[in-house]
Order: sequence, then structure tokens, then C-alpha cells
Amino acid sequence: MAGKFHVPDYRYHTLVVKVENKSGVLARLAALFSRRGFNIESLAVAPTDDARFSRITVVVDLESAPLEQIIKQLDKLVNVVEIRELHPGHAVERELMIVTVEAGPDRRDELVEHLDRAGGKVLSVGTDSMMLSLVGPPKRVDDFEELLHSYGIIELQRTGRVALANLDEAD
Amino acid sequence: MQMDGGQALIRALELEGVDVMFGLPGGAILPVYDPIIDSSIRHILVRHEQGAGHMAEGFAHATGRPGVAMVTSGPGATNIVTPLCDAHMDSVPLVVITGQVPYAAIGTDAFQECDTTGITQSVTKHNFLVSDAQDIPRTIKEAFHIATTGRPGPVLVDIPKDIVDPRNPRSAMEWTDDVEMDLPGYNPRTDVDPAAIRAAAEMIRAAERPVLYVGGGVLKARAAEALRRFAEMTGIHVVTTLMARGAFPDSHELCLGMPGMHGNFTAVTAMQEADLLIALGARFDDRVTGRIDGFAPGAKIIHVDIDAAELGKVRRPDVAIQGDCRVAIEALAEVFAADGAGDTDRDAWRSRISGWQERFPLYYEPSQPGDSLKPQFVIERLRDATPDDTIVASGVGQHQMWASQYWCFDHPYTWVNSGGLGTMGFCIPAAIGAKVGCPDKMVWAVDGDGCFQMTAQELVTATVENIPIKVALLNNSYLGMVRQWQEMFYDERYSEVFLSKDVPDYKAWAEAMGCVGMRVDSPEDVDAAIAKANEIDDRPVVIDFRVSASEKVYPMVPSGATNSDLVVPPSQQDLPR
Repeated sequence: MAGKFHVPDYRYHTLVVKVENKSGVLARLAALFSRRGFNIESLAVAPTDDARFSRITVVVDLESAPLEQIIKQLDKLVNVVEIRELHPGHAVERELMIVTVEAGPDRRDELVEHLDRAGGKVLSVGTDSMMLSLVGPPKRVDDFEELLHSYGIIELQRTGRVALANLDEAD
Repeated sequence: MQMDGGQALIRALELEGVDVMFGLPGGAILPVYDPIIDSSIRHILVRHEQGAGHMAEGFAHATGRPGVAMVTSGPGATNIVTPLCDAHMDSVPLVVITGQVPYAAIGTDAFQECDTTGITQSVTKHNFLVSDAQDIPRTIKEAFHIATTGRPGPVLVDIPKDIVDPRNPRSAMEWTDDVEMDLPGYNPRTDVDPAAIRAAAEMIRAAERPVLYVGGGVLKARAAEALRRFAEMTGIHVVTTLMARGAFPDSHELCLGMPGMHGNFTAVTAMQEADLLIALGARFDDRVTGRIDGFAPGAKIIHVDIDAAELGKVRRPDVAIQGDCRVAIEALAEVFAADGAGDTDRDAWRSRISGWQERFPLYYEPSQPGDSLKPQFVIERLRDATPDDTIVASGVGQHQMWASQYWCFDHPYTWVNSGGLGTMGFCIPAAIGAKVGCPDKMVWAVDGDGCFQMTAQELVTATVENIPIKVALLNNSYLGMVRQWQEMFYDERYSEVFLSKDVPDYKAWAEAMGCVGMRVDSPEDVDAAIAKANEIDDRPVVIDFRVSASEKVYPMVPSGATNSDLVVPPSQQDLPR
């Protein structure tokens, strides 16, 4: 863990937490957040290239607690191996959204145009609806979701963000 | 060498140097109790699992070595949750072994199954559910390492029955003497940052009104001797929190005693008026700080703690030093030895302190002839009639505060109490554990009647196991601290605080448990009863001191008030502060 802390100027901050790949570790982390009153905005968990470890990408709400305290408490969990704090400007962040929207034949072309511009894909087409996917920086996913409201969202699922430090930031 | 998991568990405990453990068997842990018969470990059979946990805590408090308890699954495990939480709050090193239903039955709501690791997650420093017999030795090694290093704390190891039962093939394992720990995420830091030490030394030199704010971490770090040298070298006054009583001798001229909600006036006020607080292994607990935004408003803070998360958790330090308290104190002392203590004039500060000490000593109204017995008087007489390295354990409430205030703690590890969690019922089992750890020392349990009724059955354990503790029961027939709050803050509307004047008969109860029982009603009989108790060394003794119910603990910072609003005893209320 770094000895000094970045002073955050964003309400939401991304922590990439490398943990031992053991049963119950996610529960420990979730219990810590709940016990200390830290709010989680999003959470993504997956194994890493090393089978002994998993990586948890957690976006924390700094209105609920100071970043420093969140990091220090996390670091006390015995199964937490490393914590990286990613400043939004210095990391590559991505999120996946899958969404089914109302889209009759008359509005499809327009919708696909928006989708292309955002870099998304059409997954399937129904009679009056389409299923789309989009991978991108969280802001772009937010914006596209906002735009979809004018069509009518039938069902939407986002993964929560995952992140890695920029190449020149990786130490 | 081929072994079964149960044998391996006991062997691993022996290798950790465990010579005594506290516990109570049951179905799921049964196979581990068989190899105990052939082990060198002394097992003390308790009457309730909570007793095992608090005994292990008392043992750890008094000896500095980890306390070990072993109980069965389900209710055995849930009964030991309170001691785990208590140990977690007070950073007491414990290793608790719990039985669990067979691995394949976990999750089926089997008989006496509960999610022990889930339940205890937030009240342990770490816990383990072992799935394989082969992992037992390593897990035990890791448990002791985690419990005793860094900021100490309780570690629980949950052991499914099948991996310790020799009749089950899953219990077969190959014992090797050299197991390696695998804890990639656990690297406690003990060394200190030299730059932070220099910055702290600078700040201390320049301070006109410094106070050493000493917490339990100093005891955990075995730093009492280093602290005394440092205080004497710098001439800085010391307060010792409830968890740190004895870390600095009460009879030392630099000692101001206990701060906090029931701290003495000088300790509280010196902190409040300080321009520098040097917090050593203390965590700015609300019972010490009072309302936090009004706490020590003019003080800069140097905060030394081995737990980084304590630094800045409550009050932002000006200099934060993460590391072991002894290492930090010795490093500071080295700087002062090399460069001198500076020449800041602190005469005015010293004379303010001695003025407070003169005007606002601890005080209670002595009883007049015919009055009932005063609890503070009992503690004073007990203090003066016992060796000065006597270990004192207490429960939680008025008697605890009076014991902490009126005892004179001149030695570290002589005060055993429940600080953070405030666990009523802690006293009797903790005193037993302390006596097991220090059989050559006199151990007095100063308990209240409310607390005593929660865990008194462990005196049966004490009698049967020949653990001769002595109990001074300050019996006012009330839940006294709650009564005090209702008197002061609820218009004397006493709700559910009166226990009973005559039931139970404590003398008879003590005798039924194999103890010597006595009852004392008047001040004149106090000394004789204590003298008699001090002579008995072959069984526990209980003295039922029938004390006045109207006594209140003073001074007191009302809840929600700042420490500047400390309420002193009525006789001192008109004195200039």
C-alpha cells in the first residue's frame, strides 16, 4: 500500500484490490464495507492471470467515508494482497452494458447510427425491440444509457467498471 | 509421520508453546478432545463457553501470551462470540478453535451447525475454515502468527469434524515439522519512519504544554519500561487510559492517572488544555475524548499506532507514526539523548497541573458512623492490604471505574478489564484466566453484583481446577452505572435497574460453589475480611460487600458534552478551575 494518498477530487473513486482467491473473501470485503458504513457504487470480481489471486474493482463513494480510511481498513483484511487507487485521469476504465430497448422498424436506423457512433454492437433484433451491447469508458456508457431512455428501456444490465492503470502509470 | 487431524491439531498447539487451554467439548469437536488426554497441555473445563473465552483473555492480558480456547460447533461457537468481540475491541491475542459439522454437511442445517466464520468475521482479526486435514498445522501456525503480531487480536479456526475424526479417512494426514505460512496479504509493519520520528521530536521540544496520552498499545508492545525512561528524560506528564492502567506507575510524580468520561480532573483537563498530545497506542476512543469537536482544541497531535487505520480515523494527527510503540518510543528517546530535550519553559504548565491536582483530587464523601459502606472505601482498603503487584480484574460499570480510579497501579499487566466492548460478566472468568497464567501472584476480582450474576458459575471451575482467586463483590443491589445515568439524566426515574436486596444470598452461593463466602456490611469489618481472604490460598473466596447504592462515580463527563464540562463531586463544584 502506498504511504501517501491522492487527494481525490471526484466523488467516486476506483480501487483495484488484489485478493487471495479463497472462498469467503468477497464476503469479507462486503462485510467490511457494510460494517464501516462505506458505500459501494459498483463492484466487479474476476480471477487474474495468476490462479492464486482475484482482482476486485470497486468504485467507492467518498461521500460515505474518506478514501484514506477505506484503503487502510481494506488493507487490514488478511486476504487483501494489494490495493491500487486509480485516479480517473490516469487509468483505463471500461464497463459493459447489455440492454434491450423498444425499437420498432421506423426507429431502428437512427438507433443503430447512435450505437455505431458510441462503438456498440447489435446483439439481436426482435419485432419491436433490439438487444444491444456497449463496452466503453463509464461516462460513454452513462451517456448512451441516457440517450436510450427516449426509446424506452425494457431491460438493462451493466457490469460495473473494471480498470487498469495507464501503461506509463503502472509501476 | 502419519497422523489424524485431531492429533495434528493438538501437536500444532503444543509446538506453539501452548501449555494451557480453556474449553468445553461437544459433538463436533469431540475427536480433538481424545488426543488431549495424551497431551502436555492443561485443559481447563469451563461451565459455559463464554467463560472459556474470557479466561483466555484474562490469561493473555496478564501474561502477554496468546490465550487459547476450544469449543464445539453451533451453540459452543455462538457462546464464544462475546469474548471474541471483546478481544477484538481490546486487541487481545486469542486463538479460538471451534468444532464444525463434517465438511460435506456444511450448508445443510445439520445438527449444531452454524456459519461460525460468517458470524465471527467482523469480531475477529481473521478466521479460517479448514477444509483439509493436511492444512491444520499450517493454519494453526498462521492463526498464532496473526493473533500475536501487528495489532494483536483474536483469530478463530473452524475445524470440520471429519478432518479430525480418526474413523474418517478424510482425517488422515502426513505430519511434517516444517510447515510454511502462506499469508501474502499480511505484512505487519513494526519499524518506524525516522523522518516522522525527527518531526515528532521537534514538535515535542517546542511544546509548552505536552501530555503523553498512553493507551493499551503501550502494554501490547511491552513498552512500559521505555515509556518510563522517555517520560523521565523529557519531564512530560503521562495519562494512562483505562486500557493502559499500569503502563506507567500511578505513584510516579509525572503520572496524572486516567483520562476520559470518569477520569480524574487533572488528567482530563491537562489533555484538554495541552498544546501537544503524544498519543501512544491509543485510539481516541469516545470515552476518552468526549464530544470530539471539543476535544483538546488547542493541541497538535503526534499519533503512534501499529495499526495504520487508527491514524486519522478519529482525529487528524500532525505527525503520524505507524509502527510498534516500543520501537517508536525508543527511537524518540534516542533523538532526545543525542540532541537534548530542548529548553522550552514548562514551569507555568507544571504549576497549573499541580494546582489542579491540589484542588481536584479524586474524592468521595467518607461514611459517617452508622452510614452504609462506601464502595470506594472498600477498594482503598483492598489496595492497601494487598501486594503492589496484585492483579486486579473487574467487570463493567461503577465498580470498574472505582477500581481503576482508586487502585494504585504501579506495575504493567496488573489490570485486567473489558474496555472497548464493556462486557458485563468479564470479571470472574478473566480473573481465573489471569490466575492460571500467573499462579504466583495474588488475583483479586473486583466485581459488581449485576456482572457477577452473569458468569459467577465459573467459580465452580475455579474451585474444581484449584484456581484460588479472590472476589470483592461490590454489591449495591443495582445495575449501578445505569442507575447513575437514570438519576442524573432521566429525572431519577429508575427503570429496571433494581436487582434485589437479598436474592441471591451471595455467601451461600459462593459456598455452594466450593468457595469461602463472607459478608461485610459495615466499614469496621472490611479489613478483617480482606485479611482473612488474603490468607486463604487453597480455594476461591467471595466477599459480599454490601455497599451504598446511592454512590455515584465522579468526575463525570456527561454523554455528548465536551471534556471541559467535566462534572466534579459536589464538594469541588465551586472551586476555581
